[in-house]
Amino acid sequence: MARPVETKAFTLEEMGYTLFLALLAVVCVIIAGKAWEPQMAIHAAVGAVFAAIGIFLIIKGYNDRSGQPAQTVDGKPNYNLGPVKFASVASMFWGVAGFLVGVIAASQLAFPFLNFDLQWIQFGRLRPLHTSAVIFAFGGNVLLATSIYVVQRTTQARMPGIVTPWFIVLGYNAFIVIAGTGYLLGVTQAQEYAEPEWYADLWLTVVWVVYLLAYLGTLWKRKEAHIYVANWFYLSFIVTVAMLHLGNNVRVPVSVFSYQSVQVFSGVQNAMVQWWYGHNAVGFFLTAAFLGIMYYFVPKRAERPVYSYRLSIIHFWALIFLYIWAGPHHLHYTALPEWASTLGMTFSIMLWMPSWGGMINGLMTLSGAWDKLRTDPVLRMLVVSVAFYGMSTFEGPLMSIKAVNGLSHYTDWTVGHVHSGALGWVGFVSFGALYCLFPWLWNKKEMWSLKLVSWHFWTATIGIVFYICAMWVSGIMQGLMWRAYDKLGFLEYSFIETVAAMHPYYVIRATGGLLFLVGALIMVYNLYMTVVHGEDAESATAGSPALAPAE
Amino acid sequence: MSTYNSLAEFAQTWGLVYFFVIFAGVLVYALWPSNRRSFDEASRVPLRED
Repeated sequence: MARPVETKAFTLEEMGYTLFLALLAVVCVIIAGKAWEPQMAIHAAVGAVFAAIGIFLIIKGYNDRSGQPAQTVDGKPNYNLGPVKFASVASMFWGVAGFLVGVIAASQLAFPFLNFDLQWIQFGRLRPLHTSAVIFAFGGNVLLATSIYVVQRTTQARMPGIVTPWFIVLGYNAFIVIAGTGYLLGVTQAQEYAEPEWYADLWLTVVWVVYLLAYLGTLWKRKEAHIYVANWFYLSFIVTVAMLHLGNNVRVPVSVFSYQSVQVFSGVQNAMVQWWYGHNAVGFFLTAAFLGIMYYFVPKRAERPVYSYRLSIIHFWALIFLYIWAGPHHLHYTALPEWASTLGMTFSIMLWMPSWGGMINGLMTLSGAWDKLRTDPVLRMLVVSVAFYGMSTFEGPLMSIKAVNGLSHYTDWTVGHVHSGALGWVGFVSFGALYCLFPWLWNKKEMWSLKLVSWHFWTATIGIVFYICAMWVSGIMQGLMWRAYDKLGFLEYSFIETVAAMHPYYVIRATGGLLFLVGALIMVYNLYMTVVHGEDAESATAGSPALAPAE
Repeated sequence: MSTYNSLAEFAQTWGLVYFFVIFAGVLVYALWPSNRRSFDEASRVPLRED
């Protein structure tokens, strides 16, 4: 539309993706026909359908566009926001789904009859569905949306490619669908947070490499000389997750026609690789990448520059240097050699420094703008997320100390710790980012209702407090009951007695989770109303009439 | 066993030196006085309107 001079052509990129997807569709159809198990047949069929949809979308995109997308419009960079919008909406959808499954799983723990004796919805299958839905589906889509947005804005450049940005976002969500349906059908390689089987892993690898290249390509095209710190955090997340994913999924498929595979590492080596992966999924997926959100969205919302840019540089390098060694603290008092376990503990304790450095940097960004906390619930959400980050990164190193771990490990304390980080830090910083992103993406002045943001904030906060307090009490009680001896040296409690004692706390936990879910539903309603009825921003395209605000 | 020992020794000595040097380099880069201006500028990147 901008430059009619240019003749439209099916680009090499479009051709490449079309051929790749066509080939994939053929392979999927063959596998579906010859599959050994019904699960593999279903997944291969789904893969073929997705590939066909991909080809359809590429051709439709070609028909709809006129020439190459312009790099600039009226002298301003022509950012590619379509994939960002898709990932933002997808994160909303997956977030609600993931929280809902979490509430169901928590209720199953409190009231086991809720398993209904159905294999597809029993706790063992819902639990990985919940963790993957909230971490990879909700968190992953928030990260895709924010990273693709932030890298373009801070480099003043459009992400390269016509199909590529869409391939990343849609391909990632296709992976989520395959992984999630797999859990319900019993397809799992039984590695925590790495449950998807070999074919899903291969697909994710392809998507992830494209993501890395597109990200680097945007940085390459940048108009800004300096690469803003948020991009370093995002980039470390992309690179490290690629490395972790390949490292922890070294497996040999039984056959291309079977979903099953055999792991290469065994015994304690497998455990060590698994927790090197698992802890760095926390460190680089749930921490480094979301710190990228913090370093862009907190300054933006507070309208203040980062408190100390120097501290942000030291924060970044110290964090990525230390995190990668902390994994062995998941394996205290096991067959893992003691030196490795001590190493993991030591590095975990050293992580206090960069974690709190980063927290201080985020919080102090508000200096001179503290009054905004009173009036702006979105900023309050972002700031409270940073506070939760500080709290859970204090608790984590504490729990990695062997003496503390002897009490906390295998108990609900761990579950509580994870959720103070996941609900408080990752959840709130994501909600804050979405509350900023939706008005920006759909060119609205502000959220439809800041009052509802406030309601979301308080409902979710109370939910988190219910959750983590219940888990502290239940976890420490559980740990103490396990190690209690009577005066003759026998264990004082049988295992089932500890389970019975935890019942009330499980009910409180499920209630907390329910409140968190209600908060998320309030958010979804508010975001929907913002897109449909929000007041247009003043800088909206000239000529378009201003819509009347809804209230 | 000797491969393990030599690898472990290499990691424990030169690995330490390597990390120490890189981290010292980061500190020098971050705290170098003449970099202050460009960092101040960089910290305003998100606030720039375009």
